[in-house]
Amino acid sequence: MTNRILRLIAVLFALALSPLPALAQGTDFTAMVQALGQGGFPDREAAMNALVATGDERVPPILQAMSDGTLFVRKSDQRVLFAAKSGSEFKLTDPVDSSNAGTATSKDIEKVKVNNGLRGKIRTAIGTMTLLSPDRASRLSAAQSILKNADPAMLPLLDSALAAETDPAIKSTMDLARAVIVLKSDATLDDKRAAVDTIAAHGDLDAQTVLVNALAAAPDELKPTIQTGIDAIGRNLQIWQVAQNLLYGVSLSSVLLLAAIGLSITFGVMGIINMAHGEMVMLGAYTTFVVQELIRNFAPGLMDYSLAFAVPAAFLFTALVGIAIERGIIRWLYGRPLETLLATWGLSLALQQMVRTLFGPTNQMVSPPSWMTGAFDVGGLSITWNRLWIVVFAIAVFVILQLVLNRTALGLQMRAVTQNRRMASSMGIRTPFVDAMTFGLGSGIAGMAGVALSQIDNVSPNLGQGYIIDSFMVVVFGGVGNLWGTLIGALMLGVGNKLLEPQFGAVLGKIIILVLIILFIQWRPRGLFALKGRSIEQ
Amino acid sequence: MTVVNRMIAGLGLGVTMTMGAIAVPAFAADDTIKVGVLHSLSGTMAISETTLKDTMLFLIDEQNKKGGLLGKQLEAVVVDPASDWPLFAEKARELIAVDGVAAVFGCWTSSSRKSVLPVFKELNSILFYPVQYEGEESEKNVIYTGAAPNQQAIPAVDYLMSEEGGSVKRWVLEATDYVYPRTTNKILEQYLLDKGVAAEDIKINYTPFGFADWQTEVAAIKEFGSAGKKTAVVSTINGDANTPFYKELANQGVSAEDIPVVAFSVGEEELAGLDTTNLVGHLAAWNYFQSVDTPENAAFIGAWHTYIGNDTRTTNDPMEAAYLGFNLWVAAVEKAGTTDTDAVLKAIVGLSVPNLTGGTATVLPNHHLTKPVLIGEIQADGQFEIVKQTVEVPGDAWSDVLPEDKGIEADWTDPLTGCGHLDTATKTCGAAPAS
Amino acid sequence: MITQLILRALDKKAVWLVAVLAVIAIGVPMLNLGLPADHPLHIPNYAVPLFGKYLNYAMLALALDLVWGYCGILSLGHAAFFALGAYAMGMYLMRQIGARGVYANPTLPDFMVFLNYKELPWFWNGFDMWWFAFAMVLIVPGLLAFVFGFLAFRSRVTGVYLSIITQAMTYALLLAFFRNDLGFGGNNGLTDFKDILGVNVQAATTRAALFAASAFALALAVLVCSAIVNSKLGKVMVAVRDAESRTRFLGYRVDNVKLFAFVVSAVLAGIAGALYAPQVGIINPSEFEPGNSIEVVIWTAVGGRGTIVGPIIGAIVVNLTKSIFTSGSSYVAAGVVILIFSAIVAVASGWTKGLIVIAASVAIPVLYGLYQLILYGNFKLPALSDVWLYALGGLFIFTTLFLPKGIVGLIAQWRTMTTKREQHDRNATSPVDVEAGVDPEPNPAE
Repeated sequence: MTNRILRLIAVLFALALSPLPALAQGTDFTAMVQALGQGGFPDREAAMNALVATGDERVPPILQAMSDGTLFVRKSDQRVLFAAKSGSEFKLTDPVDSSNAGTATSKDIEKVKVNNGLRGKIRTAIGTMTLLSPDRASRLSAAQSILKNADPAMLPLLDSALAAETDPAIKSTMDLARAVIVLKSDATLDDKRAAVDTIAAHGDLDAQTVLVNALAAAPDELKPTIQTGIDAIGRNLQIWQVAQNLLYGVSLSSVLLLAAIGLSITFGVMGIINMAHGEMVMLGAYTTFVVQELIRNFAPGLMDYSLAFAVPAAFLFTALVGIAIERGIIRWLYGRPLETLLATWGLSLALQQMVRTLFGPTNQMVSPPSWMTGAFDVGGLSITWNRLWIVVFAIAVFVILQLVLNRTALGLQMRAVTQNRRMASSMGIRTPFVDAMTFGLGSGIAGMAGVALSQIDNVSPNLGQGYIIDSFMVVVFGGVGNLWGTLIGALMLGVGNKLLEPQFGAVLGKIIILVLIILFIQWRPRGLFALKGRSIEQ
Repeated sequence: MTVVNRMIAGLGLGVTMTMGAIAVPAFAADDTIKVGVLHSLSGTMAISETTLKDTMLFLIDEQNKKGGLLGKQLEAVVVDPASDWPLFAEKARELIAVDGVAAVFGCWTSSSRKSVLPVFKELNSILFYPVQYEGEESEKNVIYTGAAPNQQAIPAVDYLMSEEGGSVKRWVLEATDYVYPRTTNKILEQYLLDKGVAAEDIKINYTPFGFADWQTEVAAIKEFGSAGKKTAVVSTINGDANTPFYKELANQGVSAEDIPVVAFSVGEEELAGLDTTNLVGHLAAWNYFQSVDTPENAAFIGAWHTYIGNDTRTTNDPMEAAYLGFNLWVAAVEKAGTTDTDAVLKAIVGLSVPNLTGGTATVLPNHHLTKPVLIGEIQADGQFEIVKQTVEVPGDAWSDVLPEDKGIEADWTDPLTGCGHLDTATKTCGAAPAS
Repeated sequence: MITQLILRALDKKAVWLVAVLAVIAIGVPMLNLGLPADHPLHIPNYAVPLFGKYLNYAMLALALDLVWGYCGILSLGHAAFFALGAYAMGMYLMRQIGARGVYANPTLPDFMVFLNYKELPWFWNGFDMWWFAFAMVLIVPGLLAFVFGFLAFRSRVTGVYLSIITQAMTYALLLAFFRNDLGFGGNNGLTDFKDILGVNVQAATTRAALFAASAFALALAVLVCSAIVNSKLGKVMVAVRDAESRTRFLGYRVDNVKLFAFVVSAVLAGIAGALYAPQVGIINPSEFEPGNSIEVVIWTAVGGRGTIVGPIIGAIVVNLTKSIFTSGSSYVAAGVVILIFSAIVAVASGWTKGLIVIAASVAIPVLYGLYQLILYGNFKLPALSDVWLYALGGLFIFTTLFLPKGIVGLIAQWRTMTTKREQHDRNATSPVDVEAGVDPEPNPAE
């Protein structure tokens, strides 16, 4: 009930906002929609404003479609229609009465073009019209768009919306938006001071932007207050900045850990210098691509869970490839560890070319699932979902691997073979089987790393090359043959890199890290966590 | 022991002799004209260059269907310089000296072009270079069919400064640390300063090749963009590093309406590997987009899809540049009646061929082309929507924006007496003739 | 003393090798310059710098073999010394351009003018004098190797740890040289050379002279390496390779032995690089790429490490293969290479393995064709450029599997074959195979 009244108010304000004289309700709504398809960007903007002025409920979906690029003009009769792609054709729907308007091919219809500027204005317009929507997400985005284009005329509408709002996140955004508007309006100084305090209390980058913007236009009496607010936010942000850099470092570390941990098994535990390790990562990323393609074609509804299928698929596939490599090539080279470097280097060349032959040389598209896109704020920290999930994934892989090595029969046999092959063999352990399994495990983990990397990097034949050197650094820095060493190594390199980066830039930061590794190895020639015992000496 | 050594020596000599025998110039029979294709098919640059190799084979195939050139069939000689710059020089020499090609189409990076340049000068052959580049060069033996900075960077910045583009006041120049971004940024910085942008409103940042962790950089862009003035990013980030950069942009929620990113090295091919749903509205500036709506382009795309057997393969700007280069060469050879280098170079200046965007491309005396500038916004389907298109702009080898290059022109109207660095004030050619 | 060293170095092997190199050094330029172009024995102009390049690579491989094959130090950063030598030479060549650059600046190279340098960076001083530049070719790689080796060997960094930090070294240098701010031309590097020692670097005679210089430098390197390995020091080096701790306990200063070998090796690599730069006409940071250093290791392994002639053969064979397979239409040559290689494998390791190589070589193009058949409906054999990485990868894999001692090992094997066929199984490990690194089969007695 109240909602309806508020919506009416919203419409009235929208009318007042409109640069065009309000068209009488009797004017043909369809004609106004058709106007969207004509002329250049300024004409389109005028047509949009006219539509907004009607306050019609059918307008927001039309504007949304225009912004999303699903609003088209049929060339034959210049009608503006919704078009949804199905197969090679487009299904057309009339935006006015939602009636079916037949189908068309891409040649028959033309998109209603929008550019960034227009898209911003559409956002504001939709915001104005959906501030009172029952849907939480559209209210939130409406509040944010009002915040971005703070217009004093919106104040009464915002006040009524605030009164009705119950969600704290939206309320806080609306509060901020209200304060920004107050600052812009001709409210009293005291009101403005209160508004500055509200904004400063938010303490984030957006709040700072708002205050910096307001500073120039503010009356002289208000300037000190605003400046104090800006300074307070600045101090606040600086503290968060350090935490943020640490967070970036942890995130980079998780990527390094994922890439290196498989190597730590094949290289550290088995003594194989596997230059094709990066290609295992790459194969894992391509497995993700293939899994997503299959899901896209056969079960599009499962798209959001594609990674849940991709992780085991990548593990199994790369583990099998790893076992094949071990049985085919590496088992002939035990006792000649450095020669594994040559054979696996040759293998990595061949694998890269094979992927290039099968999939082509260009990047393949791996879509992020919806739960891995976007970011959220914790205090002054901005955390992106995909990075967070990768950190969680890296920790999970590490824990599971520790459990496998320490709590399972296979793990026990692996450690036995590592420590004393002949003794293990005389105790009845099938050492060739354990070798194959260990190499398969290391490769499988590399494949899982590939799934994670497909979310942040190119899925291309060269993917693995970018990580192989860093992975070796991590393993050697941490100490060969020690998973904890790999973990600490990854953390130190990742965090170190990200702490140096703001001061020295990405290139110099990386050079400094490399030089530090070289010097560190002089100090601890067997890495951070050296295995004790004579068996390691030669 | 001596037996062994004799055998080794024999083997070594044998191998050398075989190589000599194999490498004896195997000039083709007179009924074909050979064309060299010099693009990396393996290594880091294969991702971009393989498509251009396919494009060249496609163009040559089309030309042969039309009856070839000068009554002869064209024959492509494809070599793989493997993204290795010295190997580019070796392969260029092999194409010209061993295979006897009439012209070479190839190279992508500036380094590869710089690497082959001395070879082309020494053996006097022609290179058609199809990629946008940093300018500051004009050589007798190279036809630059991609964009010079004034055909890409400056119009893009102009667009963003205009009201239509969002009246941008504050600029981040985000770049990979190599010559093309360095030069482009140098020109852009000077240009922005000339336009009255304050020095503190320009931020330049360089990252290494293949950079994959963009968290800090994207956060810094957000922070720089929060100073209250409309901010835009001009990206000259190189190929591989783009995907992680855009993925990070999407994740940190940098939307095109707040901070638009305009890129000079991101085209349809690069976007094919990205989910662009969250990138809608970010921009690119090129001389061609696949979405250009002209009959020429529709015909080109149709023929390309038939040739490659895959109708989802994209087309992109360097492909159009290769197309222009090839057609210009064909026209010049027909005009000159021979494939002789100097005759073709003399014939080619001033020649025009239709481009795919509804205009014409003319070879200027400085060996650059006239090209229209198109600004496109990324769409959810991985294509670009053209929001601005200019008339043909003549390519400027020596940027007029830079004080030291003012009044410098290049003129190869006569390939034998031309000059690549002509001071129009003093009428002197910058470099003394080679001894 | 020195004469004694040289005399000892001139054992029959080295004499033969040096003689062959001397013949090549004189013969190739003569065949190139002296004969008319249509003569069947004429060596074409383009081939001279190409072969010169192979000789430079051979010298680099020989330098690596001195530390790896004889002293057990697996350096994964040797291309860095090569590139530093090349850069020193490149700087000299840049200064020789003088005012003939595009910007006609008498002192500053073009890229500096462009990057707004007002004056020459201090470390470019002196490079206009040939003797200074040539000295730097020796000093810069040598000094880096000395400092790096001094720190690493004193701290007893061995095995894979050493390998990885050498890789870190070349990777750090790669990143540093890519930086335009460093003053070495960034990604484009140094190029467009004009003169060397007052003569045009592109003239056929200069090319021939550079080729001869490369061959003589390689011969000199053979002499130096041969002298070292035949000396008492060389015996200690081999002892360090096979049992470092035991050698140390016997009272030898292992650190100093290693440092000596490392520095000599780096200087040799630097000289090779200095001859390489003017022949290929460009030097840029990609030479520092870790992959390049790994390739040097592979040349050495393919040829046969722990021998003087092995790395030379390996470098030439692998690079020749690469040249043939990356060129457009050398199908016949590629087939010949595969047949020769299969024959070598067959002779060394038995007919079945030779057949495996041939089968793999046939299988890949056929599989490629079938894939095209499925995709596009017509059977199309691949171009060489589509498959050359398989060939190169296969060469490395098959060499390690079937020719563990490289091509040179084949000949020794051939000789023993007449008496007793050597069984080739995983338990057969000769002392040569024991090397620094992680041994997966630690001696249970320890």
